[in-house]
Amino acid sequence: MGRKLLLEHINVPGINTLEVYRQKGGYRAVEKALKTLTPDEVVEEVKKSGLRGRGGAGFPTGMKWSFLAKPEGVARYLVCNADESEPGTFKDRYLMTYIPHALIEGMIVSSFALGANTSYIYVRGEMMPQIRILEKAIAEAKAAGFLGKNILGSGYDLELYVQSGGGAYICGEETALLESLEGKRGNPRIKPPFPAIAGLYGCPTVVNNVESIAAVVPIINDGGDEYAKVGIGRSTGTKLISASGNLVKPGVYEIELGLPVEEFIYSDEYCGGIANGKRLKATVAGGSSVPILPANLTLKYANGEPRLMSYESLAEGGFATGTMMGSGGFIAFDEDQCIVRNTWNFSRFYHHESCGQCSPCREGTGWLEKVLHRLEFGHGKMSDIDLLVDVSKKIEGNTICPLGDAAAWPVASAIRHFRDEFEWHVKEPSKSQTSNYGLANYANPIEKKEEEVKQDNS
Amino acid sequence: MADLMKVTIDGITVEVAPGTSILNAARQIGGDIVPPAMCYYSKLEGSGGKCRTCIVKVSKGSEKDPRPMPKLVASCRTTVMDGMEVQNITSPEVLEARSGVVEMLLINHPLDCPVCDQAGECDLQNLGYEHGLQKTRYEFERRTFDRIDIGDKIQLHMNRCILCYRCVFTADQITNKRVHGILNRGDHSEISTYIQTAVDNDFSGNVIDVCPVGALTDKTFRFKNRVWFTKPVDAHRNCDHEKCNGQVTLWYKGADVLRVTARKDQFGEVESFICNTCRFEKKATSDWNIEQPTHIPDTSVIASNHYETFKPLPVIMENLALQKANQVELEKTSKF
Repeated sequence: MGRKLLLEHINVPGINTLEVYRQKGGYRAVEKALKTLTPDEVVEEVKKSGLRGRGGAGFPTGMKWSFLAKPEGVARYLVCNADESEPGTFKDRYLMTYIPHALIEGMIVSSFALGANTSYIYVRGEMMPQIRILEKAIAEAKAAGFLGKNILGSGYDLELYVQSGGGAYICGEETALLESLEGKRGNPRIKPPFPAIAGLYGCPTVVNNVESIAAVVPIINDGGDEYAKVGIGRSTGTKLISASGNLVKPGVYEIELGLPVEEFIYSDEYCGGIANGKRLKATVAGGSSVPILPANLTLKYANGEPRLMSYESLAEGGFATGTMMGSGGFIAFDEDQCIVRNTWNFSRFYHHESCGQCSPCREGTGWLEKVLHRLEFGHGKMSDIDLLVDVSKKIEGNTICPLGDAAAWPVASAIRHFRDEFEWHVKEPSKSQTSNYGLANYANPIEKKEEEVKQDNS
Repeated sequence: MADLMKVTIDGITVEVAPGTSILNAARQIGGDIVPPAMCYYSKLEGSGGKCRTCIVKVSKGSEKDPRPMPKLVASCRTTVMDGMEVQNITSPEVLEARSGVVEMLLINHPLDCPVCDQAGECDLQNLGYEHGLQKTRYEFERRTFDRIDIGDKIQLHMNRCILCYRCVFTADQITNKRVHGILNRGDHSEISTYIQTAVDNDFSGNVIDVCPVGALTDKTFRFKNRVWFTKPVDAHRNCDHEKCNGQVTLWYKGADVLRVTARKDQFGEVESFICNTCRFEKKATSDWNIEQPTHIPDTSVIASNHYETFKPLPVIMENLALQKANQVELEKTSKF
């Protein structure tokens, strides 16, 4: 049984109320931080913990906090990014629905550490129930004296607001989120300046994911060093994984980083294997924008060593044979799933969600989607496959925000690993409409290293 | 003044003030190494960074931190550091990426240059000539919009728009109320005034000048003539609008003024914004004091009809018979 830090009490009835949450040791971190620690000591604890941002990029949270500019007389803000909209990721919604006080508590401690007197939780527009839950939780915390003026007699003031977004994926990008929070069109800003220097209303701002902020609570309770003992290497602590797709038990799981991928998929403690006795074909390990991997590379590295659920291990092999941790949206595909269709579906999403600010992403995402649509519905040409690779290369890295990369990577990786399935769609257009390409050799043991190198070059 | 910063662009070193962007540093050098800019406009605050045509490679970050930047950067929004080394046309990677951006800009563009009023002075057309492909790889229907009249003098032809946001910044910063913005998202986003008659402002006509393509056109000039058949002349009048200095370019065809625009510099940016009265209502020579013919670079098609000087081929200078045949032209060249 893996250690649980965030979801330990998730099954306690009434844990969404302040009363039960406090009985289970809630708001200890607020008391400890505000009464016994200075803001800098809190930042130091978070740095020691090695906590990495849980929103996707995996940037060390303590480091991000220490970059925050602290000019005299200028307000600072903490903004919680709850605009979770990545296909395949639903951990933040789960956390906010069932244990909202974990986020509120984390927000209080984090705001104290950063010296912010006003903090915002920016929630995606579709999550109306969660907005109500958070507002209720804030009201409870305020009534109990954890928010407002002079919290617990420490002299620290904090107001916490929930802001509903309009439901745009792009507003999960931190600068677009800030624009949206200011009431403007949610276009990403051009960086630099980074939000740590000029963020919300031009003031220094930290934007953190829901899970990162909630993870501050166990870090303060147990100490940063204790937290750093969980996990493996530079991937410390626990991570919420949103498991979906053809699994026996899809859902949100808290894992200790470093868990073997094979154990995560097949053990009964977690996903319990592939549903309906099918075999695994491919996985998207970290939400729709990370590269897709065939089953053999999901479970093992190219050299045959087992792959683990951690930031480093999932990225092992780079883009050629690896993927990324991302936001922890783990999607499993069984042998009946069509990779071309899935890639088209992802592209359709990015086409719809591109903000239209910079040219490569605005035009390129639409182009990718149209070509993939043609391939999937049996009107494709062999040259389309190379066209897709070329277009995705033209988008990647040439855009203002990472949405362009996020749109390009799934397409490029699907073609890299599943090229024969794309070719099959061109060669057998009518057959591809009625039957599946099947598992093919995607789950076969990985060939010897020399052959692997040859394949990369082709 | 603070210390100047030394920046090397394509092997040419220039010293610029701190805070200058790479693009503006390149403009101080001038010539071929200036990255093209479709959305950046030095007179509009906050513009730039969107079209990605000005991307360059920073091969050395600065003297202190010589690491190269990991990605190509938008030169219009990246400030120079002391000792920075930048590659523009000397980097195949940059040219490759730029032609990719041009291709993206053109996939939904109607390519109706033969009937477009902007043809001949269109930034996208120039860019297409330099970086574009002969044949498109895009085999789908292009997105289309209906034309919208923005007030009675300006027409928006959204099909041609590349969403540079210049007109939005103009409406925001030059005119005193913004009734003009972007609707929708992604490749279906469009410039709109929402209520079509809403743009009613003394300076609204400037959106025509800042538009790099033919999306915003002057309705008083629409389909009147091709720009390369008209003759531009610098002129001014005493405009009584407090913010307008009345310095314009008149575009003549014969004795008629077909249109009035603000004066543009070598990078296609206006020198100063002009009011709608000067632009739309003063179309008689008697309204203006003529200064001089507008300087048009000889690379522009506008120059081809009026200002081209005869450059005799070497073979003519060696051959007497040819010299005789070209006598009239040769006399012209020696006269200047």
